[in-house]
Amino acid sequence: MIHNRQYETLPREDIEQLQIERLQASLNRVYRNVSFYKRTFDEYKINIEKIKSISDLGNIPFTTREDLRKSYPYDMFAVPLRDIVRIHSTSGTTGKPIVVGYTKNDLRNWTECTARLLKAAGITEHDVVQIAFAYSLFTGGFGFHQGAELIGASVIPSSTSTIEKQILIMRDFKTTALICTPSYTLNIASALHDMGIHPEQLFLKVGLFGAEPWSENMRSQIEESLHIPALDNYGLTEIIGPGVAGECEAKSGLHVNEDHFIVETINPKTLKPCPIGEEGELVFTTITKEGFPLIRYRTGDIACLIEGECTCGRSLIRISRITGRTDDMIFFGGKKIFPSQIEEILLEVEGTTPHYQIVLEREDGQDIMEIQVEMCERITSIDELKNLEYLRDKIVKRIEMNLGFQAKVVLVEPKSLMRSRGEKVKRVVDKRTIGG
Amino acid sequence: MLKILNLEAGYGKLRILKSVSLHVNPGEIVTIIGPNGAGKTTLLNTISGIIKTRSGKIVFNKQNIQQTAAETIVSMGCSLVPEGRQVFNTLTVKENLMLGAYLQFKNGNKKKIKLELKEVLKLFPVLEEREHQLAGTLSGGEQQMLAIGRALMASPRLLMMDEPSMGLAPLIVKEIFETIVRLKDSGMTVLLIEQNARLSLGIADRGYVLETGQIVIEGTVRELLNNHDVQRAYLGKDYKGIDE
Repeated sequence: MIHNRQYETLPREDIEQLQIERLQASLNRVYRNVSFYKRTFDEYKINIEKIKSISDLGNIPFTTREDLRKSYPYDMFAVPLRDIVRIHSTSGTTGKPIVVGYTKNDLRNWTECTARLLKAAGITEHDVVQIAFAYSLFTGGFGFHQGAELIGASVIPSSTSTIEKQILIMRDFKTTALICTPSYTLNIASALHDMGIHPEQLFLKVGLFGAEPWSENMRSQIEESLHIPALDNYGLTEIIGPGVAGECEAKSGLHVNEDHFIVETINPKTLKPCPIGEEGELVFTTITKEGFPLIRYRTGDIACLIEGECTCGRSLIRISRITGRTDDMIFFGGKKIFPSQIEEILLEVEGTTPHYQIVLEREDGQDIMEIQVEMCERITSIDELKNLEYLRDKIVKRIEMNLGFQAKVVLVEPKSLMRSRGEKVKRVVDKRTIGG
Repeated sequence: MLKILNLEAGYGKLRILKSVSLHVNPGEIVTIIGPNGAGKTTLLNTISGIIKTRSGKIVFNKQNIQQTAAETIVSMGCSLVPEGRQVFNTLTVKENLMLGAYLQFKNGNKKKIKLELKEVLKLFPVLEEREHQLAGTLSGGEQQMLAIGRALMASPRLLMMDEPSMGLAPLIVKEIFETIVRLKDSGMTVLLIEQNARLSLGIADRGYVLETGQIVIEGTVRELLNNHDVQRAYLGKDYKGIDE
């Protein structure tokens, strides 16, 4: 099903016309209204009047996560705060989060974008949609909620209830569509098993999973355990939240809502554009956003572009599923964490930069993090064992306080962890199926 | 129907339009709003071929017209109702209308002219009453109707209108805008330039905001009406935010 036939099936020529019009208007607006862009464009001597086609976009410098961090909280907003009707933010576990604002029009466009994804998954007004994303500063819950309401589906904002409650709701409220993260879905699947509920006792027809990358392996695991097609979708708070791109029932790539976002792929090392079909870092430019417009935002996510019309009839360009990251960001239980954040905590507690390794595993669909930390050599006597215990507890507590999750901390013998031999140290060992 | 890409135009050393891109789909009313001196009239005059395009592309019905002569553009089906009406004061109403059909006449298409004239007089009955009156003796509103009628005599597919409300009494303006809607309903495509944003957004499907020769906002009418910058600058909603 296609929600907005006019825009989702526009001939390429018309999409390009629309994109260049909206891009030029957006550039004019950000140059006038966002000091960061005025400064950057002036510094790089960018004449926005010279941007005459989408390929000219390549002359404009990128916007990075770091740029957005520095603009905390409101410096990247292109309208005064009283025109903003909604504020969300990234988790920004340590460091500063990225705060984004939406105007009325932004909210309407966002709603339209998620509605398209839901329709593409076959969801209609006859469906009961259970959204098990947090309704908070996180964009997942609200983003899909609005879209599902626009379609006219019956929406259950089950949010972050306990897993047993989610399952009871799913069974008793006759949920037909489940929206959450893929890892949480596996939790649900294993809990179903424990509770002795067979998936056929449920009414589920389809699931839309996102907010973290997941493998084809995981897809078949979910599809087999819940007996539903599992569709992928892509989005990030900085760009708009969920609704940037999503799969249709053909599962042959995620359709990018190109009338709102321009997508590019670049080689993260040379920063040059990748040829279509080759993997690179996804870069997005928003072309309709009023509150928080971004020009060439580097997402750090790796995927490739897929041209050509899909069997579903949409003419929008597609991206492949996300295959990795350009940085060492870890998707952990729905959170985005950088090893540097853990390093910071270790540094704080121990007073020196320790050697450490992060091991990620998944048990019963639950993400588990083990942090192996080398002891300092000077702690050797038995008397100091208590100290060690104290040290470990302190690290665990600090991680829970700052990053909001529990990690297992293991103190290991000095020099037992791999040392750098010139190359980059591999701090993270991911034993989960993600990317596999 | 009409596609404009990176259009630049101006007068002498003055650059007025700086890389303007926009499009008009068949059957739409698209409005361009903006303050004085933004380049709205320059834009329409450039599309009409009155002002030369410096760079960029104008595609009308899949044909490039940026280098095409003004009269050819009219014959292709793109007519302009100029700002300030510009009727020939010393000619009668009928003569003014017939001048609009000049190209049809040259092609010897007299039957069509008659039909067209009938249509126009049906659209503006007041013109029929004053068929033999000198155009200079008409009221402002009647002159505007005459200007529109004259443009329609060339049986255009795209009608471009430059400030049809200028200097007219509100009641007359209302009538003229109702006529534009009727034209749209009969299948006409309209590119409308207006300073009275409230009026033009009231009847248009989509709109662009042109400021200092650049498009700064593009969107559906609903989006424009919801945009605070548009509200403040063009709809007279003040900083304290008077309710709608």
